[in-house]
Amino acid sequence: MTDKPFIARGFHSRRPTAPQDRLPPGQYETRDFPVLSAGPTPRVPLATWHFTVRDSTGRSVKWTWEEFQKLPHETPTVDIHCVTKWSKFDTRWEGVSVDTLLKSAHDAGLAEGRFVVAFCDGGYTTNLPIGDVAGGKAWVVFGYDGAPLPAEHGGPARLLVPHLYFWKSAKWVRGLQLLDRDEPGFWEQLGYHDRGDPWREQRYQGDP
Amino acid sequence: MQVEQMRLDGNAAGGMLGELFARDVTAALATCGGCGKVGPVGALLEYGHGMGVVLRCPSCDTVMVRLVHAPGWLRLDVSGTSVLAIPDAVSVS
Amino acid sequence: MTAAILGESNATRGIPEVSQPIAAPAAPRLEWRVATVIEVREETQRARTLVLDVPEWPGHHAGQHVDVRLVAEDGYQAQRSYSIGSAPEEKTIALTVERLEDGEVSPYLIDVLRPGDGLELRGPIGGYFVWDVAQRGPLLLVAGGSGIVPLMAMVRHHMLADDKTRARVPVRLLYSARRWDDVIYRDELARVAERPEVEVSFTLTRDAPSDWVGYRRRIDRAMIQDVSWPAAETPRAYVCGPTPLVESVATLLVEVGYDPMRVRTERFGPTGS
Repeated sequence: MTDKPFIARGFHSRRPTAPQDRLPPGQYETRDFPVLSAGPTPRVPLATWHFTVRDSTGRSVKWTWEEFQKLPHETPTVDIHCVTKWSKFDTRWEGVSVDTLLKSAHDAGLAEGRFVVAFCDGGYTTNLPIGDVAGGKAWVVFGYDGAPLPAEHGGPARLLVPHLYFWKSAKWVRGLQLLDRDEPGFWEQLGYHDRGDPWREQRYQGDP
Repeated sequence: MQVEQMRLDGNAAGGMLGELFARDVTAALATCGGCGKVGPVGALLEYGHGMGVVLRCPSCDTVMVRLVHAPGWLRLDVSGTSVLAIPDAVSVS
Repeated sequence: MTAAILGESNATRGIPEVSQPIAAPAAPRLEWRVATVIEVREETQRARTLVLDVPEWPGHHAGQHVDVRLVAEDGYQAQRSYSIGSAPEEKTIALTVERLEDGEVSPYLIDVLRPGDGLELRGPIGGYFVWDVAQRGPLLLVAGGSGIVPLMAMVRHHMLADDKTRARVPVRLLYSARRWDDVIYRDELARVAERPEVEVSFTLTRDAPSDWVGYRRRIDRAMIQDVSWPAAETPRAYVCGPTPLVESVATLLVEVGYDPMRVRTERFGPTGS
């Protein structure tokens, strides 16, 4: 039984090769794009896909795939950071800014919320403060690296919130629920952080 | 790379589950809260890949077990498992 | 959630009967221990066997694995599971590790670790993917790549039993590998196959030597029907290796009539290591 951790002779963590100011604490750069998932890949026909923004009173706005495609597109290039410690730089996406969706919701009379929960095919959820998906910080993306987003990376569409740990960028997203109280999602219920800022290493509940 | 090619099974969660239970759990028989199927934990499908353990029913994909070891706490959610039958010793049956 | 008690209640709850456990002491709590590397053996170009002396090792069953943990000076940690390849009868344990190109742990275990070094591990782990020669039924083992490791523990355990026991539980092993050079335990398997109660078949999926007379393709239904025990003999099957192979073979076995409760699987993930 060991009291102190046993140090493995000659074992080193992966060496970060990236400039330190681009890499949040505890991360290392990868050129791959690892696939992590909490479940099997959902297969959703575009003909039946729709995206919903819903408020706490039950009012909602909805877009079919065609309608969604007609919204203004943006092509953000961003660094992404996974809580399992890999970071990938300069990933290129195409999608609709969440601001566009929130504005439509507002114009349709939906009540604003202080928090959102993204809900997805397969049942995955994640919660975020509204300030972290508004103001140009988040998108619902359907293109990656110049091509349609592959299913194993969240296609047809996923949430993209690059300034937070990547588990917040919910795959197979189908909508946003606006709430006044925070409601922990799939991983947050089991101890992951409600916000998840990689620059402050907010990995787990209780991390400042 | 398809997620289904990467998944493991309940055997891979044996060590982490062993932190919690005094006995081996991979041989335990778990009843799915979704469809009622009974099978060994070792035969459940494991997803999670570094964030934690997620064990799903091989029949209906219901999440039966979730396990995350965050600093200071090991959190377990078995709300998707209605009954867990754990044998007394490693039973080679 | 309630923890049900085994025994008569199984029948009333419709839970399958679980036979009496083999005389086993109460399992000690899983703890991290520091084992010492006694010997390192080269198996193939990419695979090595680490023979370890583990203090207060409680013994293991064939099929079980250990979790290995590496901690760096700066506190960085990596952890992986490795199957035990040695028979339960041995005093030391042997882990056979295949080197993954961009792996984090396997390159350390193969390139850096040497006899005399310490290695932190916990185990043995697993009560589902285990086999003992006291179990009835002819045994079918299907391995893909490094999935051979836990099955080799079963083969070695079988080899150490007496003649009568071995004759009562004959073994058929089907081992799928990319090339002959990737086949681990080649020489030992050749010796094992000389025994009357053991049959070993290979299939090479990428490249075969020019004089190869074995199979040259992914495991399919025809191959399963050729090499496996007929379902009528109520065989037990253990399938281990890359996830796609394990799932495909398990499905095939059930299709040819194997009792799903007698087919046990252990998935190693995409590449099988």
